[in-house]
Amino acid sequence: MSMTQHAAPAVTTPPAPGAKQTDGRTRERPLLLRLLARPEVGVFLGAVAVFVFFLIAAPSLRQGSSMATVLYQASTIGIMALPVALLMIGGEFDLSAGVAVITSALTAAMLSYQLTLNVWMGVIVALVVSLAVGAFNGWMLVKTGLPSFLVTLGTFLILQGINLAVTKLVTGNVATDDISNMDGFDQARALFASSFDVGGVQVKITVVWWLVFAALATWVLLRTKYGNWIFAVGGNKDSARAVGVPVKFTKITLFMLVGFGAWFVGMHQLFSFNTVQSGEGVGQELIYIAAAVIGGCLLTGGYGSAIGPVFGAFMFGMVQQGIVYAGWNPDWFKAFLGVMLLGAVLINLWVQRTATRR
Amino acid sequence: MTTTHGAVLPDTAPQQDGALVELRNAGKSYGNIRALHGVDLAVHPGKVTCVLGDNGAGKSTLIKIISGLHQHTEGEFLVDGEPVRFSTPREALDKGIAAVYQDLATVPLMPVWRNFFLGSELTKGPWPVRRLDIARMKQTADEELRAMGIVLDDLEQPIGTLSGGQRQCVAIARAVHFGARVLILDEPTAALGVKQSGVVLKYIAAARDRGLGVIFITHNPHHAYMVGDHFSVLRLGTLELSADRSEVSLEELTNHMAGGAELAALKHELAQVRGVDVEELPEEEDLTAPVKTSPAPPAYPASPEGTS
Repeated sequence: MSMTQHAAPAVTTPPAPGAKQTDGRTRERPLLLRLLARPEVGVFLGAVAVFVFFLIAAPSLRQGSSMATVLYQASTIGIMALPVALLMIGGEFDLSAGVAVITSALTAAMLSYQLTLNVWMGVIVALVVSLAVGAFNGWMLVKTGLPSFLVTLGTFLILQGINLAVTKLVTGNVATDDISNMDGFDQARALFASSFDVGGVQVKITVVWWLVFAALATWVLLRTKYGNWIFAVGGNKDSARAVGVPVKFTKITLFMLVGFGAWFVGMHQLFSFNTVQSGEGVGQELIYIAAAVIGGCLLTGGYGSAIGPVFGAFMFGMVQQGIVYAGWNPDWFKAFLGVMLLGAVLINLWVQRTATRR
Repeated sequence: MTTTHGAVLPDTAPQQDGALVELRNAGKSYGNIRALHGVDLAVHPGKVTCVLGDNGAGKSTLIKIISGLHQHTEGEFLVDGEPVRFSTPREALDKGIAAVYQDLATVPLMPVWRNFFLGSELTKGPWPVRRLDIARMKQTADEELRAMGIVLDDLEQPIGTLSGGQRQCVAIARAVHFGARVLILDEPTAALGVKQSGVVLKYIAAARDRGLGVIFITHNPHHAYMVGDHFSVLRLGTLELSADRSEVSLEELTNHMAGGAELAALKHELAQVRGVDVEELPEEEDLTAPVKTSPAPPAYPASPEGTS
């Protein structure tokens, strides 16, 4: 009862002078500052800035069809950025996410084609393979206690090698055969890679999936037990374990979620292009991680949101298409990304310091 | 100092069969390092068992065994008289054994109410849409914290912004709320100021009066003596002293903690060094109070653990 009267050590609770009926030591911070302390607000402002910049620099972007392309570009990054962000909030990251997409697509394509199965068989086996890769990453991590950088770097190299070698072994080529004439292809294409019409503009279905997954991820993160556990295992693994959070389960399932994302994007690529290039995907994992970091997720875990990476991915799509529409050399894209990443990180840092300072 | 300790009945020897948690000759080795060896300890409802010891004496290993973070490699570990071996802290929690750690009590970046219910979240709704019952959790957390005298304006604030004493109290309130029968407190007063320590000691006494068995780990004999019913001093992984409150004075306890016999031996060496005042140090014969080196038979009759 006397707890509230004497001053706490200055390091943890600075005495705020504002008078308040209950405690008297904490003062209501201004709404703007509280808003800025949210992980997704910095990236939202950044996305708006990039958006406005390219609308001015590239007039052709103002058409509906261009915006649909931007959103499509953003969605293919964004769908993967979501589980990668959840994993990052959970304190780990996955370097194998980029090539895992291709592994999944190759599995489905080769299995269906070589065994002349309905493509849905390939799709389902690919899902199992993707989840297994994720589970392997997670299991290795919790068993060995090695940093996720090392574990997933290993998986990254393994998958990259397997993608190339097995494809060459099975098809005698660096790409898989065209599966567009196989049973079930049209159905699968409708699910993973179709378009629909919005006011005369063709919008890819991945945009819808992206937003649906983002809403789902946000709900899980903020409103479920599992979401609570994600923050806890990323924030302080040992505390979480000590109070009964199933840390191993949470970490393994987070890696499996990345596997699910890889499967989904892999299926999209397969049913968009009918064939898969076995050497692709390298470097994409860093794009996903960058989108999550730009989206306000803390690289060290325990902090972030699922909405932030949506804006992060949108920024990526915007820059990628904006450069094209502005008529610049697309080689500038990566340089632009790097600047954006550093800028976003610095803005996030500044915003958080300003907003949480008392 | 002992006047603050009114509720204790110092002469009541704990009942052997009533122990909630009991260690018999227990030990733990990490590879070839023996961190703990031949330790007897019993925790009774409504009693505070203090475990004292210097850094590296094995206190943390002891509580990690009881709280399920590690497994013992020697001897027996009984809960309610049944031998157990916990593989996760969850199993210990299910038996009503809750630990409040000095360094890993909470997740600093998470809001107070999420920390309060972490690992035991309240939910509502059927499975696919089963979700956190945030309103109920916030309300319960607020009530429980107020009952412990902690009033917070904003349960959304990250727990890392609270003071050390407040965080300890949140953790204790949490353990009590979730029906702990045995509360393990790992140096709850170590990083606290005098007043804050007093607050934490008050909650230890409150938990004891509610009938909980409390294991109070500390290296401060003064804090231990204010609330303790039984004192176990660890040295280099073994029990150096195990005594009831009636058998040991604060001074003896302090001497044992401060190095005891080693210090007395050191006195003779120091006496030869000019400028070191050794008059105040105890003589070796002053330290012959109920000293016990397990697993040897107890040197005193009333020991609750020694008879096992």
